[in-house]
Amino acid sequence: MADLATATRNAALTTRGGFAEVVLTPAPAASRLSLRAGADALPGLSAALGVTLPTRPKTSALSGKRHALWLGPDEWLLIDEGEGDLMAAAASSGTLHSAVDVSHRNVAVIVSGPGAEVAINSGCPQDLSLAIFPIGACSRTILGKVEIVLLRIAEDTFRVECWRSFSPYVFGMLSEGAADAGH
Amino acid sequence: MLLIYCPYCEEERSELEFRNAGDAHIVRPANIAEISDEEFEEFFFLRQNPKGLFFERWRHIHGCGRFFNAARDTVSDRFYTTYKAGEPKPDVAAILNGEQDKGAAR
Ligand SMILES: [Zn+2]
Repeated sequence: MADLATATRNAALTTRGGFAEVVLTPAPAASRLSLRAGADALPGLSAALGVTLPTRPKTSALSGKRHALWLGPDEWLLIDEGEGDLMAAAASSGTLHSAVDVSHRNVAVIVSGPGAEVAINSGCPQDLSLAIFPIGACSRTILGKVEIVLLRIAEDTFRVECWRSFSPYVFGMLSEGAADAGH
Repeated sequence: MLLIYCPYCEEERSELEFRNAGDAHIVRPANIAEISDEEFEEFFFLRQNPKGLFFERWRHIHGCGRFFNAARDTVSDRFYTTYKAGEPKPDVAAILNGEQDKGAAR
């Protein structure tokens, strides 16, 4: 006869006070650019933006406080955590491209701690082991029911970008994952 | 969970990141305004829905965003191969022979 499994019951508010394995922090405000461009525009755009736009899948570049994330063969997400004006920089490049300021469309949650991978994997199907998703790796993907952009900024730290109206869901989903990460 | 190789991301990703986008290699007539209703029906609505090997479009919608093509078995759900949009349709015999070789090796 099969053994009976016994579920343990969690109190309703156990996930509201923080976790031993994972820390979730709303990221400070940042400037963001959704950038589309062809290969011939990349040298000019990279020079104007002060960061080399990566051309390999799942890679990003960092220059000072400015990240450039490869999202697709002709698509990047620029994130500036400083005072830089991304729109002005792109406009000064003299190249044919499409740039949309999405600073207020996205917000980010910083997920850090030894359980960060487990917390994100509670709703994200990507392999986040260090060999497959190293520091600097980035990808558009999904978390539960919503689309996110994931960037690994340290061995145990990820930046999770999502659309701002989805952020309560994303934070809640990550909280549930974080609560499970210690088990 | 089904893993699908995206030819643009150059790795296998979960099916959750993808959307199916119907038959591949359907060419829109260049003279679309001149064709008959029957020809338009043929181009726009009529599909074969075969059992077995099938060429279809997929989109890595929650990844790189690209459309690409795939050869999939509609019975087993097995992906034989995927290739970038615009690349020629792979030879059916080569795909099926490749499968037989693999079968013999097993
Ligand atoms: Zn892809």
